[in-house]
Amino acid sequence: MTKPVLDIVNLRTGFSDGTAAVRGISLQVARGETHCLVGESGCGKSVSALSVMNLLPRGARRSADVMRFQDHDLTRLSERDMARLRGDKMAMIFQEPMTSLNPAYTIGSQMAEVYERHRGASRAAALDRAAQLLSRVGITAPGLRLAQYPHQLSGGLRQRVMIAMALMCEPELLIADEPTTALDVTVQAQILRLLQALQAELGLALLLITHDLGIVARMAQRVSVMYAGEVVEHGSAAALFAAPTHPYTRGLLGCIPIPGKTPRDEPLGSIPGTVPRIGQGFAGCAFRDRCAHAAPACGGTIPDQAVTPAHTVRCTMALP
Amino acid sequence: MRVSPSTWLGILVVGAIVLVALAADRLAPWDPFAQDLMQRMVPPRWMEGGSPAHWLGTDQLGRDYLSRLVFGSRISLLIGVLTVVTSGLIGITLGVVGGYFGGRTDDVVMFAISCRLAIPLILVALTVVALIGSSLTVVVLTLGLLLWERFAVVARTTTMQVRNLEYIAAAQAAGASIRHILLREVLPNILPHLVVVATLEMALAILLEAALSFLGLGVPPPLPSWGLMIAEGKDYMFFSPWVIMVPGVALFVLVFGINLLGDGLRDLLGTARR
Amino acid sequence: MLGFLFRRAVLALLVCLTVLVVAFSLTRLSGDLAVSIGGPNATSEDIATIRKNYGLDRPLPVQFFDWAANAASGDLGRSYLYHAPVSGLIKERLPITLALGMSGLTIALLTAIPLGIVSAMREGSVLDRVIGLVALLGQAMPSFWLGLVLVIWFGLKLQWLPISGIDTWDGFILPGIVLAFSAIPALLRLTRAGMIEALSSDYIRTARAKGLSTASIVLKHALRNAAMPVVSVAAVQLGFMLGGSIVIETVFALHGIGYLAWESISKNDFPVVQAVVLLLAMIYTALTLVADMMNAVLDPRLRAG
Repeated sequence: MTKPVLDIVNLRTGFSDGTAAVRGISLQVARGETHCLVGESGCGKSVSALSVMNLLPRGARRSADVMRFQDHDLTRLSERDMARLRGDKMAMIFQEPMTSLNPAYTIGSQMAEVYERHRGASRAAALDRAAQLLSRVGITAPGLRLAQYPHQLSGGLRQRVMIAMALMCEPELLIADEPTTALDVTVQAQILRLLQALQAELGLALLLITHDLGIVARMAQRVSVMYAGEVVEHGSAAALFAAPTHPYTRGLLGCIPIPGKTPRDEPLGSIPGTVPRIGQGFAGCAFRDRCAHAAPACGGTIPDQAVTPAHTVRCTMALP
Repeated sequence: MRVSPSTWLGILVVGAIVLVALAADRLAPWDPFAQDLMQRMVPPRWMEGGSPAHWLGTDQLGRDYLSRLVFGSRISLLIGVLTVVTSGLIGITLGVVGGYFGGRTDDVVMFAISCRLAIPLILVALTVVALIGSSLTVVVLTLGLLLWERFAVVARTTTMQVRNLEYIAAAQAAGASIRHILLREVLPNILPHLVVVATLEMALAILLEAALSFLGLGVPPPLPSWGLMIAEGKDYMFFSPWVIMVPGVALFVLVFGINLLGDGLRDLLGTARR
Repeated sequence: MLGFLFRRAVLALLVCLTVLVVAFSLTRLSGDLAVSIGGPNATSEDIATIRKNYGLDRPLPVQFFDWAANAASGDLGRSYLYHAPVSGLIKERLPITLALGMSGLTIALLTAIPLGIVSAMREGSVLDRVIGLVALLGQAMPSFWLGLVLVIWFGLKLQWLPISGIDTWDGFILPGIVLAFSAIPALLRLTRAGMIEALSSDYIRTARAKGLSTASIVLKHALRNAAMPVVSVAAVQLGFMLGGSIVIETVFALHGIGYLAWESISKNDFPVVQAVVLLLAMIYTALTLVADMMNAVLDPRLRAG
């Protein structure tokens, strides 16, 4: 395997109120690959992405054994150098296209400033580039759109603008945090198709964050399933869908009803309860309160187990 | 609910000044109106030429400055409280009526607020006092008739929020009279916000009274208003700066204390709502 | 948007008309104006003459419409004290008050906005609390007293700045500072609150994800959105400052319209008082209109709607 574009080992992120939002996750994204980070809301997947981008809210702290992007050690970069990478080599799009664009500036102005900042381009050149990318993401009449303000655009259009804006400087890595969740179903499909096409064309490393397994099945080459700040199962999409091993993954996929816990008529993929908030110093499997197979061993430290060389799981049931 | 240190400071300052005002007769060592032309402009005790008989010295007519300062607290507090009562009555009535009934009624209230804001406050107050003649009552009434707009604005918006709540609908359904709904259901619910406004307006009224008295059209001499004391000391301030420092600091401390109190109340309400 | 501005303009006109009535009835509060003008030594013949000369013997509504009609055509009557047209007096004095108001607003904005931004960026820090406390202290400062203290301190002890008059431009600095003090707390709190809201918004996260510089994020992206309420309040504050300049002009002996008004009030020169009240009300109303228009320019959503 070639060197991954993004390589993270043992990332931990905590908030000032003592919550441990991310508890030692590891993941790699290679060039041209889509890695899906999947889990329920509150499991720490967005915080992981924001940690990589160093966009965490004030008071949050991140640390990692390794956090490497291309040849940059992200744990050692100053905020100033981080800002040089963001928007240039690594870009991110967000869940809320309605509020993610500044209401006070035109689309053109907001797109152009990325190019001006990182490429030192003139406003005219930056606007040309912006127009080019708008048509690339399937927006007709880009010249008109550039002069418009965010409130004049629909949600789907705004998300296309966000994607185009993220691609202004041809990044190596694109992090997409629930990019379609806020959109209508038909628009969702269009945006996903667009992301796929762009990735193939540009050879992007794409870290796609979602709670929707349909999207995972459609987009991912690799999948990491997150629960309460941990990656509980990781593998190629094919392996994971073929043989989900962690009870949580199985619950998510809904392929194996958990005896006595899953009511007969409940829609598949529903797990009773919610993701717990975890404080510092929590030990053992965080899923054990919701798990049908919980055993005394689940309270201890559980190492990752390889199901196959490219498929690992963190569960006592997988222990030899 | 935790009361912040700055709120405690506000409570302490305002409480102390209220106590001083209440016990002015006992605390003041001299009659605040008694002149002693042999003892004019005596500096405070700790300064050169100070006298142990007059802790804060005497003014240009030989009146004991500490006694005037102590009695002056009564005037400031009296003006503050009475003005807030007057302006509160006007503003809350207008605001609650506008906010509750909406429509044309509300338009009229809003228009009244716009007009009031357009009227230059100090200028009109000065004119009224100049024409009617200066007295404590005139100052209170003038300020009361002018300072109601913030009460009206806050009462109006909060009433609008409360109006749509379920218990109001329940009271309406139960056939309660409008008077009952406004006084018993709406007013108690918007009262906390109005208390915060009252502290702000009280501070403003005290400052305005001082400004009017300073310009010679507020409380008439020889009453020991702090603003008037500053005005009377103005001619001597270059040689004896303490004549304006003493009443000025008193005024500042009182208003600062009231503002701290108001801020503390607002924060408490903020957390209570959340 | 145009419809909105039109409605606001009509409302502003109505407000000015109401103030016109208020200003007129205000000066009739004392009962007999002629007695006030005549002063304590006037004989009853003198008073009768005054009444006739100033048209005070006519019915009140006639007097009002006469005055209002003249005011509408720019004739604000004659000053009893200066024996000159009021409009001329005002024309002569207004620039001083406007310059004072503008220097006050400039100082206030230059202080409040940077402090508000810093406060918002360090929300909850010691610095934020100190700035909040300073604002509170400023709010509690009686402006005339602050003026006197500054006069003693700067003018006499340090001798840096002129303490009265405006023979040179720096004569506006001390009165400008005093005037600014009254506006700083409100502007500072508003800037802080607006910036805190803006800085925690999604579009600021986007701006950070784009790798923009801190300066661009704070000043271009956040401040632009936080500025709208600040603009409205700045306009209103300027109106209040012009109205409140009466105190400052007295302290610093600046012969603007505030000083003129104070003189006229003490000398019963009512045509001048009426005119100044009306003028200040009109300026205030115009300022709020301008603020609405500026917000329309700042906020593209308002412009379109």
